[in-house]
Amino acid sequence: MEWFTITIDGREVSVPKGTTVLEACRMNNIPVPTLCHDPELTPSGACRLCVVQIEGMRNLPPSCVTQVAQGMKIETQNPKVRAARKTILELLVANHPLDCMTCEKMGNCSLAEYAYEYGVKGDVFAGEKRDLPVDNANPFIIRDPNKCILCGKCIKACTEIQGKSRLDFSFRGFNTQVGPAYNIPLNESDCDFCGSCVSVCPVGALTEKQMAGKGRPWEVTKVQTTCPFCGVGCNFDLNVKDGQVIGVTSNPQAPVNGKALCVKGRFGMDMIYSSRRVTTPLIRKDGVLVPAEWDEALDLVASKFREIKDAYGPNALAALSSAHCTNEENYLMQKFMRAVIGTNNVDHCART
Amino acid sequence: MAGLATSFGSGAMTNSINEIPNAEVMFVIGSNTTEAHPVIGTKMRQALAKGAKLIVVDPRCIDLAEQADVWLRLRPGTDIALVNGIMHIILAKGWEDRGFIAERTEGFEKLKETLQKYTPEYTSQITGVPAEQLEEAARIYATAERAQIFYTLGITEHSCGTDNVLSLANLSMLTGHIGKESTGVNPLRGQNNVQGACDMGALPNVYPGYQQVSNPEVRAKFEAAWGVPLDPNPGFMIPDMFDAAVNKQLRALYIMGEDPVMTDADANHVRKGLKALDFLVVQEIFLSETALLADVVLPGASFAEKTGTVTNTERRFQMVNQAIKPLGNAKPDGEIICELANRMGYPFPYASSAEVMEEIAQLTPQFAGISHERLGTQGLQWPVPTADHPGTKFLHKGKFNRGKGLFVPCENQLPHEQPDKEYPLLLNTGRKLSHYNVFTQSSEGLIKNSPEELAELNPIDAKQIGISDGDVVKVASRRGELNTKVKVTERVPAGMLFMTLHYAGSPTNVLTNGAYDKVTKTYEYKVCGVKVSKL
Ligand code: SF4
Ligand code: SF4
Ligand code: SF4
Ligand code: FES
Repeated sequence: MEWFTITIDGREVSVPKGTTVLEACRMNNIPVPTLCHDPELTPSGACRLCVVQIEGMRNLPPSCVTQVAQGMKIETQNPKVRAARKTILELLVANHPLDCMTCEKMGNCSLAEYAYEYGVKGDVFAGEKRDLPVDNANPFIIRDPNKCILCGKCIKACTEIQGKSRLDFSFRGFNTQVGPAYNIPLNESDCDFCGSCVSVCPVGALTEKQMAGKGRPWEVTKVQTTCPFCGVGCNFDLNVKDGQVIGVTSNPQAPVNGKALCVKGRFGMDMIYSSRRVTTPLIRKDGVLVPAEWDEALDLVASKFREIKDAYGPNALAALSSAHCTNEENYLMQKFMRAVIGTNNVDHCART
Repeated sequence: MAGLATSFGSGAMTNSINEIPNAEVMFVIGSNTTEAHPVIGTKMRQALAKGAKLIVVDPRCIDLAEQADVWLRLRPGTDIALVNGIMHIILAKGWEDRGFIAERTEGFEKLKETLQKYTPEYTSQITGVPAEQLEEAARIYATAERAQIFYTLGITEHSCGTDNVLSLANLSMLTGHIGKESTGVNPLRGQNNVQGACDMGALPNVYPGYQQVSNPEVRAKFEAAWGVPLDPNPGFMIPDMFDAAVNKQLRALYIMGEDPVMTDADANHVRKGLKALDFLVVQEIFLSETALLADVVLPGASFAEKTGTVTNTERRFQMVNQAIKPLGNAKPDGEIICELANRMGYPFPYASSAEVMEEIAQLTPQFAGISHERLGTQGLQWPVPTADHPGTKFLHKGKFNRGKGLFVPCENQLPHEQPDKEYPLLLNTGRKLSHYNVFTQSSEGLIKNSPEELAELNPIDAKQIGISDGDVVKVASRRGELNTKVKVTERVPAGMLFMTLHYAGSPTNVLTNGAYDKVTKTYEYKVCGVKVSKL
């Protein structure tokens, strides 16, 4: 591989040929703000917030679509660069609703983060605010077009990750919106509710409905785990607040799926708290199942198993293990049947 | 499982999920991938966007069929004839990989003999697929550099499921499409840990890692490790269990995390078996239809409430990490089993699931290098024979697990139950995107999105019976009947009714057939005769 030596903010670094300036900065822990860039998506250079100064170039190029060249001298934080970024942010904030206190994205919003960093208050341009209807008709995604900054990431996520192309820009100029064709509600479109669009939106324009009002990002602990539903084995983060799972967010490090998930994995976790859960042992007494203590239930099972084994032999007992349980639990179940009971009568429902 | 193990020596998916976006040709048979394995469907669409070619074999117009280069709309249950027909064409055109056949396989001459009669005309007659389409599919698949086959329950849930799989293995070896990146035969596993449950020996004939209980050396190893004598004879498979319960050979059943009343074919027979038992223990997180029949219900913990590993369809062990405490008095299933073992006088002294994994690694060569610590955030794909082995991306590189790949010729076999005068429609079952079996029926959001069964029926049949879109109808088979709403659509061919397995209100398995595959004893969910009538 060919390597280039370049200088970023006075620091000499080497990066492989074909790297973008943005990637070069990130590899070396040099922060550059971005709104329309995502490592899983093709770059578009739409927001221009990632501009930098490169010696010998007249304009400030967006770093996410500029490739490094040998000897390049890059500045990421000089006053000219910062002023340009601030203007972009001023323009975005000018017609962005400022109800951040109640916005779901608060604490995790790229626009708010950068506005804070660049001292943008929304008082430079007197912009007109939009007053568009919020799409709230489906059980999974809230789409608030008033908060959309038209970065186009959701469009790319739907096309490039999900392979669906359900979203696009519609109308023009100030009226430009991003949504399903003809701006119909998501549940009337052919949307799969995979939520890939939600996972990339940098602001509060696309949010998870199930998590609305349930917790702030800084109150939430994220636990990486594997989806319980199908054999693809997607990984994601369970979002936990006060000992409760409040929802699921993508984990970009997930080995199989990256940010992609399907409707079940992203939005099906309320099954943990389903009213159908049994949370106490039950024993049938006089024909009905009644709550019992663990000791009573376990003693009863152990003595019944022993009784049947003594009377009819170990092969009069059998177990169904589970494709929903862990490897360790399946191992323990077959060991229990083979070593403790003494039979090979163990199978599970889904051999295929 | 049994099919691929016979041909290659291992029943698992040969390739990795992230090899899909770079596929050149995808041959998808009996798998509604975008609904049953959505993120794999996503990867397939990424491959299509990069110019991959797609062959879809399915009687229904599934989503992928709309994007296919060739869609072979075969008559249900004629998969073997179709694959044999394709192989016949490949041989006739000289598209086979002679070097691969000579070096890496055995049994080719016999296969060749069997294929002789599957001429395009004969195949077309059986399958209903035009000869030109067969030839087009044969050309695309055989002449590619890299081609992958994908299949799932649509292939295995037939009484000839094992032979269906053997046929696909034959096709891959005939063309040398196996043992390379983005090239192989890929059974997509249904539930999150089907692969793991099999790998761990939750099967009546094998210990963990497919080590045979009937092999004296293997058995001696486990007897030494577990300190007790072990039974050399394989145990009951599922269908046998219910039969044995009815005739009182089986007295007690311990069911963990499954709902056979809802998910097994011929639900009425299953119910009868369960009711005949002296003692039924159900360990479950939900009060399922099966749990309602139990003598004792033990509350298990959901995946969010425990730590352990699961193995996905591409053989990747991954961590399940505990995020919250078990709800109420629930306990992780592993803990419950340990407490029972302790009470029965055989202590299971594990302090954590990590310790159980250590024991698994010690006893199973192909998982010897796996530990919770190593799995971390990225997991490992088995085989992982040593602690510094990086895991295995694709199988059978250079050599099959069994040495040479084995061609096993198969003849087409008709499904056990064909539609007839009395039950004129063919019932086909499958999955819907927003649900997985009955499990997702506990998510309110998913229920709202897809609240009820919508049986699919072709407009021609709908007209003949005199029903229209949205009507509620009665569906009956030889085994039972139910009511369901109908969706009239050309997605299904005339003569077919399609239903899912997701809804307790329309329990499809009261209709399906208890006939099963001769080797794996997988039920024939896919094909049975039904009649639809107005209410
Ligand atoms: S949820 Fe998925 S399918 Fe629907 S618009 Fe978003 S990315 Fe596209
Ligand atoms: S909805 Fe979000 S991701 Fe989509 S264009 Fe607007 S701001 Fe960007
Ligand atoms: S998120 Fe969807 S595709 Fe991924 S494992 Fe879960 S159910 Fe399967
Ligand atoms: S991040 Fe580079 S242009 Fe938007």
